[in-house]
Amino acid sequence: MTRKQKRLTLIGFAGLVLAAAVGLVLFALNDRITFFTSPTDLAVGKVKPGTRLRLGGLVEAGSIERAEGTTVRFRVTDGANTVPVTYTGILPDLFREGQGTVAEGMVGTDGVFKADTVLAKHDEKYMPKEVADALKASGHWGEDAAKATLKK
Amino acid sequence: MIVEIGHYALVLALALALVQSVVPIWGAVKGDERAMALAGPISVGQFVFVAVAFSALTYAHVVSDFSVVNVFENSHSTKPMIYKISGVWGNHEGSMLLWVAILALFGALVAFFGRNLPQTLRANVLGVQAWVAVAFYLFVLLTSNPFARFGQPPMEGRDLNPLLQDVGLAIHPPLLYLGYVGFSIAFSFAAAALIEGRIDAAWARWVRPWTLTAWVFLTLGIAMGSYWAYYELGWGGWWFWDPVENASLMPWLAGTALLHSAIVMEKRDGLKIWTILLAILAFSLSLLGTFLVRSGVLTSVHAFATDPARGVFILGILVLFVGGSLTLFAARAATLTKGGLFAPVSREGALVFNNLFLTAGTATVFVGTLYPLMLEATTGGKISVGAPFFDMTFGPLMVPLLIALPMGPFLAWKRGDILAVVQRLAAVMVLSVVAVLVTWMLKGHDILPALGVGLATWLMLGSLAEILWRIKLFTEPSVSLRRAVGLPRSAWGTFLGHFGVGVMLLGIVAEGAWKIEHVLVMKPGDHIRVERFDVAFERAVPNSGPNWDEVIARFEVTDGTSNPPIVMEPSKRTYRTRSMPTTETAIETYGLFSQLYLAIGEAQGEGVAMRIYWKPLVLLIWIGTLIMSIGGVVSLTDRRLRVGAPTPHRVAAAALPAAAE
Repeated sequence: MTRKQKRLTLIGFAGLVLAAAVGLVLFALNDRITFFTSPTDLAVGKVKPGTRLRLGGLVEAGSIERAEGTTVRFRVTDGANTVPVTYTGILPDLFREGQGTVAEGMVGTDGVFKADTVLAKHDEKYMPKEVADALKASGHWGEDAAKATLKK
Repeated sequence: MIVEIGHYALVLALALALVQSVVPIWGAVKGDERAMALAGPISVGQFVFVAVAFSALTYAHVVSDFSVVNVFENSHSTKPMIYKISGVWGNHEGSMLLWVAILALFGALVAFFGRNLPQTLRANVLGVQAWVAVAFYLFVLLTSNPFARFGQPPMEGRDLNPLLQDVGLAIHPPLLYLGYVGFSIAFSFAAAALIEGRIDAAWARWVRPWTLTAWVFLTLGIAMGSYWAYYELGWGGWWFWDPVENASLMPWLAGTALLHSAIVMEKRDGLKIWTILLAILAFSLSLLGTFLVRSGVLTSVHAFATDPARGVFILGILVLFVGGSLTLFAARAATLTKGGLFAPVSREGALVFNNLFLTAGTATVFVGTLYPLMLEATTGGKISVGAPFFDMTFGPLMVPLLIALPMGPFLAWKRGDILAVVQRLAAVMVLSVVAVLVTWMLKGHDILPALGVGLATWLMLGSLAEILWRIKLFTEPSVSLRRAVGLPRSAWGTFLGHFGVGVMLLGIVAEGAWKIEHVLVMKPGDHIRVERFDVAFERAVPNSGPNWDEVIARFEVTDGTSNPPIVMEPSKRTYRTRSMPTTETAIETYGLFSQLYLAIGEAQGEGVAMRIYWKPLVLLIWIGTLIMSIGGVVSLTDRRLRVGAPTPHRVAAAALPAAAE
């Protein structure tokens, strides 16, 4: 092979790998990502039932109910709207009423959000950013909540 | 007083770094030997002052001086001593101080070990290193001062985040930073080479040990963080594709590519421009990682505080260094001479193959990590990109790389013979296919895990075969021992590094495919059968430690044999100051590598929610990374790569016989 041919082989192969990577990324971005929604988004029907979502908001005070086994029901609120959630499994350590949470799963036809993952905060000073944004969007971003996210 | 000395020392370090960022480079331009020689002592002085600053903060934490804001917010008088010390870097300000301390340490090491570097190169490298240092000193002093005091000192501190009060987390940040910051040396060498417009094989020989050192620490740091997440978070997972994890994976991937491309440059004088670009990329990705983790754009245990000023400052540093170095690269890369030619099928070709897939993999992780941020910034849409995305993109890209991996070291430089390689690896191929079939038959006719085990076998036996061929075990066993001793250490390093990848893959496949998970509520007296184990909940016992109270759930586990039962005691801890609960898992290792894993959820009536896992071969994931790191260390002891960077003549002579193999 001449110098030129060698270089072309190399560039051609690099282009192939790059194209494969781009293809995979585009495919996965279409198919394998989860959208974040607030209870208000769900209430106004922005979301089709059966799509995988992340739902963020505060765990409504007094809403946690235990059912059979490790199944638990609670409601997630952004102040304006509320969504009932069921989850089977172990809740994170910092999951509490009145605190921020992010639940991942799908809305069923009965309007209940069936979560397969529930996240809380890593630190009691902290609120998930998505939750803070959802609260701000619904106009329920109060002084207390602000204090909870900002240091000091 | 001591705290003020620390603050003052940090300012002095900044002053020295300012001098170091100008004078040696000016000396290199003017050919002024005295100006260039100044770089060495100044970088050592810089390190001494930063060390004083770091010791001062450590002192404040050790004696619990709550008049210092940083100590008040992250410490408590009843906290155990080890966490008082690790608390120094378990917070934003302290960890950035650790960052600059390690940066200064590396600068001093280059000054010390690099005494036989060409004078101008050494001056330029240390000058560039000082630019980075100046930026980060300013960041610490202007936005993240760890030495700030209260007017009215409080009596007691607020304690460290309990999740961070753990031995794993005490050593994870220093290891990770040694890796991140270590790439700054490769970056400084690359920038210096571009400034000089001259680069040769010797350059690669000087850079490789530093890159390798950084890579070893980064590997260990990531593995440590992963093991911590596994046992401390109580979710049983070891990698979550969380953006902060990706932030450390990206420089690791780029650094791994750099290690390999630097070999081509060192041995064959090829891929020069590409290697320089990778050196810039590896450190840029380290800076990006620092930005992602430290700016608060991401929510995680690492985001200690969201202060927009800090994010903007680090973003500024990022733009300045990445933009600046890439501009320098664009302007000067063309002046670098082109290297040797090689056929597509050759050792060089194999290393290019490695680089292509590693950088493509890095790019997919980059997109997956930053796409949500960019989308939110541009359209306000919020998405989450998690494991499914990376399994779909990063996973497939690694497969060809891993399949090709054992063949690379068999190929000759310049022009290789793929048929000869296949011949030598025929037995390994057969054994790998056998591994696939056996796994498929024994493990429930599942094809993907079976292929995974086959690939892991291929990697382990393939890298073993390479080293055995090199010592001629199959052709001339009588000389094997002598050849084994005579083989360059870097050959053993390569073997261990590649073998470790196979071991890690085996752990990943086994854990992913055959783990067993039970989530249930258990009352005292309840039993459950998990795999071959009988797990019995005896009773709950209250207990207390220095700064926490806990409820221990006592379990007795029998493994179906006559062995006496093993007691496992997972617990739910509540740290008093922050009244924050944490899950302390109980883990028991069986058969060397497999683990039974118990984590407690919340109490429910008389019972308690339990998460019980059987994790087959899970330890191999971290043992594999450990073997990879050991490979790196063994390579570092190679004469040719010794950090002391021997003089070019001696190195060239020593490199010849090895290159001829």
